[in-house]
Amino acid sequence: MTAIGLQINGADIVDELPPRLSLADYLRERRNLTGTHLGCEHGVCGACTVLVDGEPARACLLLAVACDGRRVQTIEGFAGDPVMAALRDAFHRCHGLQCGFCTPAMLITACDLIRRGKAGSEAEIRQGLAGNLCRCTGYTNIVAAVLDAAATQGAGDAG
Amino acid sequence: MKAPAFDYVRPRSLAEAVALLGKGDGEARVVAGGQSLLALMNLRLSAPALLIDIARLPELAVVSQDDDAVTLGAGVTHAMIEDARVPDPSRGLMARAAASLGYRAIRNRGTIGGSLALADPAAEWPAVLAALDAEAAVCGSSGRRRLGCVGFATGIYETRLADDEIVETVRLPKLSAAARWGYVKLARKSGEFANALAVAVVDQARGHCRVVIGAANGAPLVLAQASRALADGKHAAETMHAAIAADLDRAADRHFDDFQRNLHRVAAMRAVQQVTA
Repeated sequence: MTAIGLQINGADIVDELPPRLSLADYLRERRNLTGTHLGCEHGVCGACTVLVDGEPARACLLLAVACDGRRVQTIEGFAGDPVMAALRDAFHRCHGLQCGFCTPAMLITACDLIRRGKAGSEAEIRQGLAGNLCRCTGYTNIVAAVLDAAATQGAGDAG
Repeated sequence: MKAPAFDYVRPRSLAEAVALLGKGDGEARVVAGGQSLLALMNLRLSAPALLIDIARLPELAVVSQDDDAVTLGAGVTHAMIEDARVPDPSRGLMARAAASLGYRAIRNRGTIGGSLALADPAAEWPAVLAALDAEAAVCGSSGRRRLGCVGFATGIYETRLADDEIVETVRLPKLSAAARWGYVKLARKSGEFANALAVAVVDQARGHCRVVIGAANGAPLVLAQASRALADGKHAAETMHAAIAADLDRAADRHFDDFQRNLHRVAAMRAVQQVTA
């Protein structure tokens, strides 16, 4: 067991964990934050994407013990975030989800694209979302939703 | 799947990491970004008994430059290079290569030193660093030494690193103002590993011309005849076609099938056209 301290969605947490536990399994099974989904568990599907120190990361390819001292933000932790609010609204209006499995990570990835000013065109958004697989929508409505949200958030403005 | 059980340690210095690695009896691995190693562990293709986390070592975060070169700590991430948060000696080649590597979530954690040390044949950095004539500084129990990035990898996931050695920095010569480069990655989906990868660098002011292909069933392959043709200014399409074909013919040990050979030929030709156009 390894002792760690980290921040999850703004709350400081101290814990003792086996090293083999991935951040994704830690969030889901020990913190009950089940919005972080696990598809492939080897970094390909993108469903487990969370923010670590403000940057998207695969929670399946990160050891929870390696997150000692870091800030983790999951889909449950965006309550007051204006970009995420615009994305949620756009996904709703544009029918940007069907089964919902990929949605939390799509939202987190799209939020990062908009913040970095990388959601200015359909091509840019498709490139930016290439690491998040969706098996329902065919992506068209997801891309439309991100374009829509980016337009309301001034997508050209990084930061 | 989930990774099998292992012990985990986060040393505070590179010297401590080297010592731990030396004591590991071949069962210890260093991990930085972990974007390849943890995937391999989750797939149970790799099962180290001890993971030595070097992601936060200050020695691997050092970035410096002089008149001739930029030195990047091995822990510099792909995203830092993509965003030009570190100096770019390659006039845009490295940023382009970084942006084509995996996905942003991968690039935020994966490191240039890790990519070089793992030596995945289809990875971007081994080929790009070979084309730029970069040099790695590695640190082991018997001290430090420098290894050129051409010949650094000796095969698929095999390198000249000793069991207790860690890549510390990568030194990249600065391309001169008139230098040109070409970069072509062929993959069926953006972010996937390359099916073919070609890098061409022409820097006549420094007397450096090199064409390298990656995803070549082994270490990055320097196309010697194509490199010479570029250096001699023999840019005619027929000449370059013949040179690339001859180079691929000589690489019989790579056992390219017809499809692979054609992909490499096309990628190399396009990369050359980017520098000669």
